[in-house]
Amino acid sequence: MYSLVKYYHPYISPFDPCPPMKVKSYRTPPNLYVGFQPPSLPQFSPKEALFHGTLWPIFYSPYPGSKKEEMKRE
Amino acid sequence: MNKTMPPEYYRQLEEIQAIDFVLVELTLYLDTHPKDKEAIEQYNHYARQSKKMKKEFEKQFGPLLQYQSYSGYPWTWDNTPWPWQV
Amino acid sequence: MWLYEKKLQYPVRVSQCNPRLAKFLIEQYGGADGELAAALRYLNQRYSIPDKVIGLLTDIGTEEFAHLEMIATMVYKLTKDATPEQLKEAGLAPHYANHDKALFYHNAAGNPWTAEYIQAKGDPIADLYEDIAAEEKARATYQWIINLSDDPDLNDGLKFLREREIVHSQRFREAVEILKEEQGKKTFF
Repeated sequence: MYSLVKYYHPYISPFDPCPPMKVKSYRTPPNLYVGFQPPSLPQFSPKEALFHGTLWPIFYSPYPGSKKEEMKRE
Repeated sequence: MNKTMPPEYYRQLEEIQAIDFVLVELTLYLDTHPKDKEAIEQYNHYARQSKKMKKEFEKQFGPLLQYQSYSGYPWTWDNTPWPWQV
Repeated sequence: MWLYEKKLQYPVRVSQCNPRLAKFLIEQYGGADGELAAALRYLNQRYSIPDKVIGLLTDIGTEEFAHLEMIATMVYKLTKDATPEQLKEAGLAPHYANHDKALFYHNAAGNPWTAEYIQAKGDPIADLYEDIAAEEKARATYQWIINLSDDPDLNDGLKFLREREIVHSQRFREAVEILKEEQGKKTFF
């Protein structure tokens, strides 16, 4: 499985005026990984689909991420 | 026009929004997968269901679809609130 | 032709009277990567692209108009009963001076919408790559707006719209594969 958030450590200068953000992140949504969608993938129910914004769980990308994902950033 | 819509309006509307959303998703999928028979069957199934639910909804809350829905008297198209108002 | 259906695509809710958020949201109404630009971009490219992907451009373009209506609804609800004083505090005095509560196709910085936001190269690959980029940029814009907003109900609708960008990007990527005419010759997954 792939992660939907990637992290990097920007260069920190002693002359940076703002307190440094040691880790920065960016999103890599699922469409980058799925390729041409294969048939018969698992689906959400209609109600779930509406509230997830997609019919297929494989494309669901929560934002901001889950609590666990956010904690990893610290 | 100034009547507040009852909870039932929101409930039924949300059901329709859910089924119609599946139809949107299947439409985009079928645009790039035109030979997926299973998805076409599913599409037709939900298209039928959507029609049925809208018929029921329109009986209580007025027309949904421009040029297609029937009208009561007087002209019902603009005597229920608009989507951004509710 | 198009038919109007008297419903939103998604049940939009806004919990606070907060015109400041409307100021940011207008980016997705009349901004470069907003919903108006998206709808017009795709529906215009349809006329000069291979038949195999015309349906997709038509359907995504149509959905973008439903998204435009959702953004309009959010802006409408955020500003509907705000006083001129509140609008001033929200930094919307220049908007109010020109438009009162009227929505207008401009971005968060107040620049009016322009056709220069959308490309139509007539080359199918160039146009579809433009569309993929547009979807990713719109997704990013939704992320930045969600970061600025503290209204959970509003964010719910914005997350729906962000997710739609992901699905649209997926379909445009598939359209590129279709135009490569290599399907069935190799596996993509």
